[in-house]
Amino acid sequence: MTSELDIFVGNTTLIDEDVYRLWLDGYSVNDAVALRVRSGILEQTGATAGVLQSDTMDHYRTFHMLERLLHAPPKLLHQLIFQIPPSRQALLIERYYTFDEAFVREVLGKKLSKGTKKDLDDISTKTGITLKSCRRQFDNFKRVFKVVEEMRGSLVDNIQQHFLLSDRLARDYAAIVFFANNRFETGKKKLQYLSFGDFAFCAELMIQNWTLGAVGEAPTDPDSQMDDMDVDLDKEFLQDLKELKVLVADKDLLDLHKSLVCTALRGKLSVFSEMETNFKNLSRGLVNVAAKLTHNKDVRDLFVDLVEKFVEPCRSDHWPLSDVRLFLNQYSVSVHSLDGFRHQTLWDRYMGTLRGCLLRLYHD
Amino acid sequence: MPGKLKVKIVAGRHLPVMDRASDLTDAFVEVKFGNTTFKTDVYLKSLNPQWNSEWFKFEVDDEDLQDEPLQITVLDHDTYSANDAIGKVYIDIDPLLYSEAATVISGWFPIYDTIHGIRGEINVVVKVDLFNDLNRFRQSSCGVKFFCTTSIPKCYRAVVIHGFVEELVVNEDPEYQWIDRIRTPRASNEARQRLISLMSGELQRKIGLKVLEMRGNAVVGYLQCFDLEGESGLVVRAIGTACTLDKLSSPATFLPACNSPSKEMKESPLVHPPSHGCRSTHNSPIHTATGSRLTQSFSVSVPTLIYTGMGSGSAGKEGGPFKALLRQQTQSALEQRGGSPHRFCRRREFPFLTLTAFPPGLLVHVGGVVSARSVKLLDRIHNPAFVGIMGNTRSYKLLDWNSFNSDEPETRDAWWAEIRQEIKSHAKALGCHAVVGYSESTSICEEVCILSASGTAAVLSPRFLQEGTVDGSLEQRVEENLPVGCGFCHIPYDELNMPFPAHLTHCYNCRKQKVPDVLFTTIDLPTDAVVIGKGCLIQARLCRLKKKAQAEANATAISNLLPFMEYEVHTQLMNKLKLKGMNALFGLRIQITVGENMLMGLASATGVYLAALPMPGGIQIAGKTPSDGSYEQHISHMQKKINDTIAKNKELYEINPPEVSEEIIGSPIPEPRQRSRLLRSQSESSDEVTELDLSHGKKDAFVLEIDDTDAMEDVHSLLTDVPPPSGFYSCNTEIMPGINNWTSEIQMFTSVRVVRLSSLNLTNQALNKNFNGLCENLLKSLYFKLRSMTPCCLCHVNFTVSLPEDELIQVTVTAVAITFDKNQALQTTKAHAEKSLQRASTDNEELLQFPLELCSDSVPSHAFPAAKEHPESASSNSGTPAAQRAVTVEKASPMGDGNFRNRSAPPCAGSTVGVVKMTPLSFIPGAKITKYLGIINMFFIRETTSLREEGGVSGFLHTFIAEVFAMVRAHVAALGGNAVVSYIMKQCVFMENPSKNQAQCLINVSGDAVVFVRESDLEVMSTQQPAVNCQPTCTGEVTT
Repeated sequence: MTSELDIFVGNTTLIDEDVYRLWLDGYSVNDAVALRVRSGILEQTGATAGVLQSDTMDHYRTFHMLERLLHAPPKLLHQLIFQIPPSRQALLIERYYTFDEAFVREVLGKKLSKGTKKDLDDISTKTGITLKSCRRQFDNFKRVFKVVEEMRGSLVDNIQQHFLLSDRLARDYAAIVFFANNRFETGKKKLQYLSFGDFAFCAELMIQNWTLGAVGEAPTDPDSQMDDMDVDLDKEFLQDLKELKVLVADKDLLDLHKSLVCTALRGKLSVFSEMETNFKNLSRGLVNVAAKLTHNKDVRDLFVDLVEKFVEPCRSDHWPLSDVRLFLNQYSVSVHSLDGFRHQTLWDRYMGTLRGCLLRLYHD
Repeated sequence: MPGKLKVKIVAGRHLPVMDRASDLTDAFVEVKFGNTTFKTDVYLKSLNPQWNSEWFKFEVDDEDLQDEPLQITVLDHDTYSANDAIGKVYIDIDPLLYSEAATVISGWFPIYDTIHGIRGEINVVVKVDLFNDLNRFRQSSCGVKFFCTTSIPKCYRAVVIHGFVEELVVNEDPEYQWIDRIRTPRASNEARQRLISLMSGELQRKIGLKVLEMRGNAVVGYLQCFDLEGESGLVVRAIGTACTLDKLSSPATFLPACNSPSKEMKESPLVHPPSHGCRSTHNSPIHTATGSRLTQSFSVSVPTLIYTGMGSGSAGKEGGPFKALLRQQTQSALEQRGGSPHRFCRRREFPFLTLTAFPPGLLVHVGGVVSARSVKLLDRIHNPAFVGIMGNTRSYKLLDWNSFNSDEPETRDAWWAEIRQEIKSHAKALGCHAVVGYSESTSICEEVCILSASGTAAVLSPRFLQEGTVDGSLEQRVEENLPVGCGFCHIPYDELNMPFPAHLTHCYNCRKQKVPDVLFTTIDLPTDAVVIGKGCLIQARLCRLKKKAQAEANATAISNLLPFMEYEVHTQLMNKLKLKGMNALFGLRIQITVGENMLMGLASATGVYLAALPMPGGIQIAGKTPSDGSYEQHISHMQKKINDTIAKNKELYEINPPEVSEEIIGSPIPEPRQRSRLLRSQSESSDEVTELDLSHGKKDAFVLEIDDTDAMEDVHSLLTDVPPPSGFYSCNTEIMPGINNWTSEIQMFTSVRVVRLSSLNLTNQALNKNFNGLCENLLKSLYFKLRSMTPCCLCHVNFTVSLPEDELIQVTVTAVAITFDKNQALQTTKAHAEKSLQRASTDNEELLQFPLELCSDSVPSHAFPAAKEHPESASSNSGTPAAQRAVTVEKASPMGDGNFRNRSAPPCAGSTVGVVKMTPLSFIPGAKITKYLGIINMFFIRETTSLREEGGVSGFLHTFIAEVFAMVRAHVAALGGNAVVSYIMKQCVFMENPSKNQAQCLINVSGDAVVFVRESDLEVMSTQQPAVNCQPTCTGEVTT
């Protein structure tokens, strides 16, 4: 006696969270059944393996049918075929768009193209995440990217509106989209110690301060092309950053800057002497990073540069984080006292964000 | 021109991409009613077109309004080639034709295509203006309300129950027309859908006419079925109960909702003998039926008797075991009863009610289950005349469409009339003048068709026969005074002239009247019945192999097998009932399905322990070869297992009836006055009681003889039924006896399984085992799936078996899981207990258990004082005054955590789709039905030629059923409703051809669209405008 057909359809669609997770994780029905058996569900419920198999198949079928709708979450809300309570709808969407840390670190900043998709095999092997799950996550990134790429307005809002994600997840996706668009390098060996959270934090700061959207805080013409483009960095701003070069190119200015910082921090830093000796190198590093941002290539290497030019030197001298914070604060503020320097607002826009990023990036 | 139908096409959304080049669609809509068609403009390049059309107006007869569906077709405009159809929506406008139902149909409907399924949605507004006084039009029956619900609908009061109405309509099946060879599957499917829609409309109109002739205004318990007879055509038939209903005024002042049907009846209805000759069951010739009868009593020695029944000439090839006896009894029983029951029968051809729950006081006695089956050949090759072969009355009829088309319904009518006649005579033999819980069904395989009918023989209150007059017969006076709660168990037939051998005892409740030892019925448990413990689902499952044969040979083979199947199904039911330690079955439904090479029998019922009936004896096993020592040991081992199971079941279902002994006098009749009277009657008959107690010793325990391996298998199979896991209960009736504290969470579901039997040389045993396993596994799966809802009860569990192909068995289950509150149950019962303690302070401890088990049975305790205090109400038999009952009901009403939990759930942000609940029950726990919007009766066909791509057979059917649910919900929502009650999937015919990558499925569903209001919201709303009740949006509750 073999089962030809075996279905269960509820007026309210039954969603089993555990099975949904297994499905999202890309397990086959048989693997999922095996995993469920291992979880001890048979003992708890007194069910047989056959029942479990049938139940799993059923849920998988439902999820498969729902997947089409999950690709455009507002559809899930308006469709009539599956009656799902709103809280469950939210759960389905949120979980579907949730990604693995290990996976996102692999593709963050990469072009979301066919080429990258081909690499998913390797990523799967490397991370231990099933290929199916990798594909889903990659397709999610790509789908969100495609939808919001050309859209005006706040990136996070756009994502939330079109994919009905929670605030937290929408912010993460904004970071992913931002990174993918600007192709920031995150895969280098020296960046491996950074988590997705670190990058997402930086992305948020950069979106807030360095993009087109950041300038037009009170847009006069909401339809104008200038209005709130969150995805691209503000080109004009990047051009202007060249002006900061004077801080290191002008010897007097650099010395004055150094003395201002040293005076203020004397006795407050445990690594004062190291700071004093390294000041010029550090300052050059930070200002040069700014000056180079006109080139796309250098934009991509932003994080590599920051780590190389600032994080690594400080770390090798064993700066504690509190000292880094004190230093960066003083380093930024002191510029205001440099009479010959005229680009105070530019400096603040640059350094305000950079300081936040550096503090986040400064850890082991 | 009595009606104007107005239709407006507003918008579409989520349309499929029809133009690959632009990824868009140029959609327009055709609106068709009858022969008139309107079109909207083409809305270019959009998947979300906004047509916002003018009002399309159709001026039509109300007859057409009833018959025709409104047909809306969405198409993609194509300049160069033919326009492509996207899909269709059929809207039944019947709900707009009665004044109290919906006034407008407005909402999003799924656009359905029989090949592609749902393809987007369309927003439509439909209105009807009726010009003339409808009652003057005889061809139409606008205004007659239809209800699928098999009890008096909640917001109505039955003024008169007129009785049985039936009708059938026959047509050629488009699938088998010559044109089908040249048209597309889509065209063929659509022709079929449209035809069936038309036929159901016509059928409903005709039934409505009959109701009007009977001076009724509604049909309750309306059951419409399709017989897909293949080449010989398509039959749409319906039965129902004609009533005159009164709408209860001002919904805000309603009694609180109750969990069981018909409690809200303020007054009892009167069964009204139609004074005008009703045109019912149009005079088709009545042939002697071929049928077999089941009553609640069987003994092991019966099988030989079946043959005597069979031989009785035209009386039927599968005549019941007691047929001969019955014939003699019928006469005498009727003579003895005399009086009004006679009148009842004489007045109408078939005194049948399709109701399964009754207004208080209507149901007096229940005799037992009566059923009849007959095997017919659907044949068009043979001579066009009735041919009787081998002394049987199997009818053969040529169904040549060209020459005999008009004759056809008569034949089908005659077949059914035959069966009904048989049922009627069975009922008479049981001393009953009426049949309640009546239903009819068919099973068709190729050209053989089994027609089945079954119901419960009953005596209805004679006083209900004539409006306003009280029959002064002494006998009835006595009956009147019977305590509620056990009266229906008392035998209606004469003790000295029993129609079959049965053990009678004095009623364990009132100690006055005689009751049988077991009671089988097809109805729901009466609300006032006194039940001990909880009930459970009991199923008998059976397969019988049959040789493949053609035509008559096949029919003969089937009719030869039927009596054995009936007998075995019955034995199984009886054994399982005893194994559960219970003594009555409610909601019994026996389905016999015919296939190419086998017959399947599946009986489902809800077992309960009726306090009025004696404690069931155990099951004893007797071996045939006592010499063998090891064998003996085996037998005793088995005996022990059986005894253990019985004990375990008693504990599981909380069956602990008070010990029956003479010391305990007077069953728990809490009212002192009542009790004293009972005490007297007790002492009068005390010696008889002793006698009867003796008769319930070991000697009459059910004996199973194990004489061969077959019997051994049977016993084993008895023990393989696993009880549901803890936290689960199941029943196939409306409510679970013993559970009264429902919370509001419900989950209706349909589950379908098809299995392929592996080997070709199957034995009956292997087949039985497979089938048993299939059903048990299905139940286990359900319990597993719904485990998050525990504690919960599966109610109205409805199994359907079909045999689509040689080695395929298909089982379809529809049921609803309802959560209940365990803690609240304790409180409620405690309250009950305390109350009864106060009232009957002399009751000893053991008796206290009794009220503990009452579900909503405080009714009897109130009923009598009320009746005594208000003599006028006693004489009009109004039962319990509404107010009093309201108090008791409220206590049991499910105001559990569920309500609050749901209310605190986050509001559905942004979702435009309102929740529509679906349930096979007639009520919604924790809610009040405020309005019936009309009947939902939908028929869909789905076909695919890319089965693999759609996820195989499971994927295909899963999607289809989900789509059917969606379409039902959309129609209900468009009517302004938020739930479907009495929902039933009447047909789910699935055919596959995997080698061709094809499959087809037909589904027919029906139910009543309603508006319900949460009880918790009701109070708030009653202070506000009552009109708000009609808004479906007001209940934004969440189902989980």
